[in-house]
Amino acid sequence: MTVTTMDSNQRALVSAKLAILLFITAEVMFFGGLISSLVVFRSGPDPWLAPGQLRLPLEVTAVNTLVLLVSGVTFHLAYRALKAAQAEKFKKLLTTTAALGILFLAIQGFEWVRLLKFGLTLRASIFGGFFYCLVGTHALHVLGGLIALLWVLRRAWADAYSPEKFLGVEICRIYWFFVAGLWPVIFFLVYL
Amino acid sequence: MSQDQQGHDEHGHEHQQSFISHYIFSTDHKMIGKQFLLLSAIMACFGGFMAYLIRWEVAFPNTPAPFFGLVTPDKFNAIITLHGTIMIFFVGMPFLSAFPSNFLVPLMIGARDMAFPKLNMASFWITFVGAVLLVSSIFVPGGPVAGGWVGYPPLSASSEFTGVKIGAVLWILALACALVSSSLGGMNYLVTAATLRAPGMTFNRIPMTVWFLLASAITFFFSAGPLIAGAFMMLMDNAFGTGFFLPAKGGEPMLWEHLFWFFGHPEVYVLFFPALGFGLDIMATFTRKPVFGYKLILWCTGSAVALSYIVWAHHMFMSGLNPLLATPFSITTILISVPFAIIIFCMFATLRNGAIRLELPFLWIIGFLATFLIGGLTGIFLGSASADIYLHGTYFVVAHFHYTLFPSVFFGGFGAVYYWFPKMYGKKLNEKLGFLHLALTFIFFNGTFWPLFKVGMGGMIRRIADPSFYPQYHQFQGLNAFATVSAICLIATQVIFLWNLVLSLNHGPQAEKNPYQSNTLEWIADSPPPHGNWGPVLPVVTSDPYEYSKPGEAKDWQPQATNLPV
Repeated sequence: MTVTTMDSNQRALVSAKLAILLFITAEVMFFGGLISSLVVFRSGPDPWLAPGQLRLPLEVTAVNTLVLLVSGVTFHLAYRALKAAQAEKFKKLLTTTAALGILFLAIQGFEWVRLLKFGLTLRASIFGGFFYCLVGTHALHVLGGLIALLWVLRRAWADAYSPEKFLGVEICRIYWFFVAGLWPVIFFLVYL
Repeated sequence: MSQDQQGHDEHGHEHQQSFISHYIFSTDHKMIGKQFLLLSAIMACFGGFMAYLIRWEVAFPNTPAPFFGLVTPDKFNAIITLHGTIMIFFVGMPFLSAFPSNFLVPLMIGARDMAFPKLNMASFWITFVGAVLLVSSIFVPGGPVAGGWVGYPPLSASSEFTGVKIGAVLWILALACALVSSSLGGMNYLVTAATLRAPGMTFNRIPMTVWFLLASAITFFFSAGPLIAGAFMMLMDNAFGTGFFLPAKGGEPMLWEHLFWFFGHPEVYVLFFPALGFGLDIMATFTRKPVFGYKLILWCTGSAVALSYIVWAHHMFMSGLNPLLATPFSITTILISVPFAIIIFCMFATLRNGAIRLELPFLWIIGFLATFLIGGLTGIFLGSASADIYLHGTYFVVAHFHYTLFPSVFFGGFGAVYYWFPKMYGKKLNEKLGFLHLALTFIFFNGTFWPLFKVGMGGMIRRIADPSFYPQYHQFQGLNAFATVSAICLIATQVIFLWNLVLSLNHGPQAEKNPYQSNTLEWIADSPPPHGNWGPVLPVVTSDPYEYSKPGEAKDWQPQATNLPV
């Protein structure tokens, strides 16, 4: 008879990782619902981006997409620095990640305000509805991730993490990968 | 998080709890399970009362219903909507999924609690908030939502059609609460089963109840997302003036139907799987035999879960769906009956040559099988698009639906309650009252819904308040009145159960630890199990859950763990 037991740290890590992965699958299904609805409308008989309709800020958002993707890379590098016991490098890279996240949200918010001024509202058209619902839902997810990240960051500067103890960083990293990885899909479908 | 789990090991189970932390904001999985049970019982009273009003109006149109008054058509629409929503999300889900998953999963896998006890507590209170929102929608100006529990737009997407504004928003929010709560719960059950199994509890030793509760959680988990997306868009339509589902604004009402039924069909399996799990465990115990085809059943369950995601459009054959799509969805629908047929045959094979003890929980499960089969077989009729187009709008669907869900939720659920009641409260339920409850429920359930098959095949359309308005339905008045009288008796029968509950909790005989000589781990714990379940040592699992009547052994059962006193 084999009796395998995990110690409590290991079990907490496995439980939390499994939980966040399950949570992300549910989120994928949720965004899957929204995105497939968008695809239904885009493939319908009416032109999606009718001539004369407001154009979305493509260039700025493309740069912003890069910002979010780079933040995913810096998060991963921070995680590797933590595992390699490079505490200072870890803190700096994590701070960079948070700054990039804030920058992403700030640019998105700025563009939203401009679009609203130009008359693209939630009620203006199905396009407007999807734009704000899908992009807004994603922005809320980034905001959620950012709040978690700032909490992790505060603990990181208090030296709460070590190469053996990194649960918060790990969970936050997985979630951040999800929100960063999701954005290019939304960008392609909504903006292009 | 999981530190709690470890915490139990260190400072034992004897810590003092205040009334609030013990009964209200409890993090103990057993108390949360009981909270879900109580909530579902309270909501079942609402749902049952509405069922009575629906049946009254159909059988005796334009006569005031006792204890309520006249059920006018607008009230009728609101009542069928609330009946469906309450029964599915606030009775079925808590009673069949949340209550047993909370109470049984940790006990049957040998854990001390859930992986995330606080999340578990949150999941109960979110359901509670949802239930309060839904019930409160009855009292807001404009009344509750009246678009059917399926909430088809454009009727449900704009208040200009119904005059219902706040009610619709409350309904969507209640739905959202139920979905979020069940998702959090499902995540918790799955993680618990993955990481907190007792030493030696390998996958092949997990009892069927746990497997099926997990299958139910997985099925729910992957299907809820699209409905949450749909509900979000519906909320935007109702509250913020978008037009996703409104043709007048360029929207697409069929889209909601797809999002809804992508969730809606797996949902019926979410409510069916747990009943199968209870059934298999209860059958093994009372036939003193191993479950026939343990692995076969698991493979079938897996394929049923997978297939459940590609059958949804059979709810939409008459909706304007592309007729080309009807054939593939007919095929997948008929295909999904294969794994379920195999599982049911495994149940029958479990009975064969068993040393059957006709005890109460076992009889409930036989009642479940007998009635569910009728629901399952009529489902094959409806799965075929050509038959469905005639039958779908009629009472045939009502009868079919209730023949699938009522057996699962009530026969399966009551079987579980009678079976595990000694473990939950340390008391035995009164057997005679239990038999009476079962016999009358069985008779009146069939009395209620069997006539509706005939009424439906005769062509009577469902969801109409006043059949006396249509001369062609006058011929069904007798059958409808019979069904209504049966339904009222069916609801009244449940009072026997409540009486039994009160009587047995106060005066019932003390239950033993293991009253049925069953193998699974929960019977090793005290009745009721203390906080932390197992005392100082965890059980160490050494055998399969169904080692009954082993040749050459003195006793016909072999508990799964032998390191603890039985």
